[in-house]
Amino acid sequence: MSRTRLGWFLGGGLLVALVLAGVVSNFASSHPDGLESVIHQGCELNEDGEIVGGECVAQQAQDHELADSPFADYGLAGVDNAILGTAVSGVLGVLVTFAVGAGLFWLVRRRGRDGATAVSGSASGPAAATSSGDAAGR
Amino acid sequence: MSELALHISNGIINGPVSAAFGAVAIAGLAIALARGRADLDDRLAPMAGLVAAFIFAAQMLNFAVLPGVSGHLLGGALAAMLVGPWIGTACVATVLVIQALLFADGGITALGLNVTNMALLGTAAGYLLVAALLRVLPKTLTGLGITAFVASVVSVSVAAQGFVLQYLLGGTTEFSGGIGALAVAMAGPHALIGIGEGIIAAATVVTVAKVRPDLVYALRRFRSAPAPAAEAAVPAGGAA
Repeated sequence: MSRTRLGWFLGGGLLVALVLAGVVSNFASSHPDGLESVIHQGCELNEDGEIVGGECVAQQAQDHELADSPFADYGLAGVDNAILGTAVSGVLGVLVTFAVGAGLFWLVRRRGRDGATAVSGSASGPAAATSSGDAAGR
Repeated sequence: MSELALHISNGIINGPVSAAFGAVAIAGLAIALARGRADLDDRLAPMAGLVAAFIFAAQMLNFAVLPGVSGHLLGGALAAMLVGPWIGTACVATVLVIQALLFADGGITALGLNVTNMALLGTAAGYLLVAALLRVLPKTLTGLGITAFVASVVSVSVAAQGFVLQYLLGGTTEFSGGIGALAVAMAGPHALIGIGEGIIAAATVVTVAKVRPDLVYALRRFRSAPAPAAEAAVPAGGAA
């Protein structure tokens, strides 16, 4: 019974994700990632990262279909404060991803006969023994 | 152009090849959901939602790997360890779809390419490593951490080479030096990104295993003997 309840675990995990996406993300490196840097090889970039010369893969890149969406590039349209934009986008993204993911998986889940969760995964034998008591954690 | 772009954008790979990988992605996800349904009980469903949300958050955290080059977690190996290969694939795909639709990151035309690389290839490669390593390593926190680390390095490297394959099939321009040079150029930084991802994944899996070992799919799946139902302890004696 002293095992962390599932609800507390999920809440705690979600809180960590919200802090990472809403706060820590503003301290992330702003350099292009591995893929971006490779497809820009051969091009000269200005300070804003725009291509000003040379030849590279990224020159073929086209705008995103939804480039004008309010949260494009993890910002917030109409808000110049990049920190606020990233924070709002990060928090929104975590919440939407959790809602969509958990909702989708809840809909397609295997319905148990009694709704209990004593059976876990395909290799259920030994796992079932240690997961008894989790019913309280749901 | 963009402030934070994490994935393949439109126009880098031509239309027919992008569409073909779109079909591959849809087929792969359909199989993953059909097979994963057997794993999905009332407990795994919300856990999988949390894993997806965590991967979304972690992908925003670019870390420096080389001067002027950063990297971020992809999440395939982490998802495979926590919720299994099938649902793990669906978790990473969920993140990619939301990033493309809500945050205009990773072209919609390019979604099949990104899903194939990171959700299908990345998770599959990560899980194969997990399955192999957990049969030989002890099921301790250390063994779990090493498994997460190695599986992440391989997973990221395989996903990166998925892009090279796509570029070979449908790249819209020449990479200077040819496809071999592209493979090498992708391999270097992504090996380093894999190391960073491995550290994050290992820390995450070990933390979950300490708090709720029953929520770590890899521990349930590969436990070779019943472990004592100790409260906080990871089922460490399982290997014997």
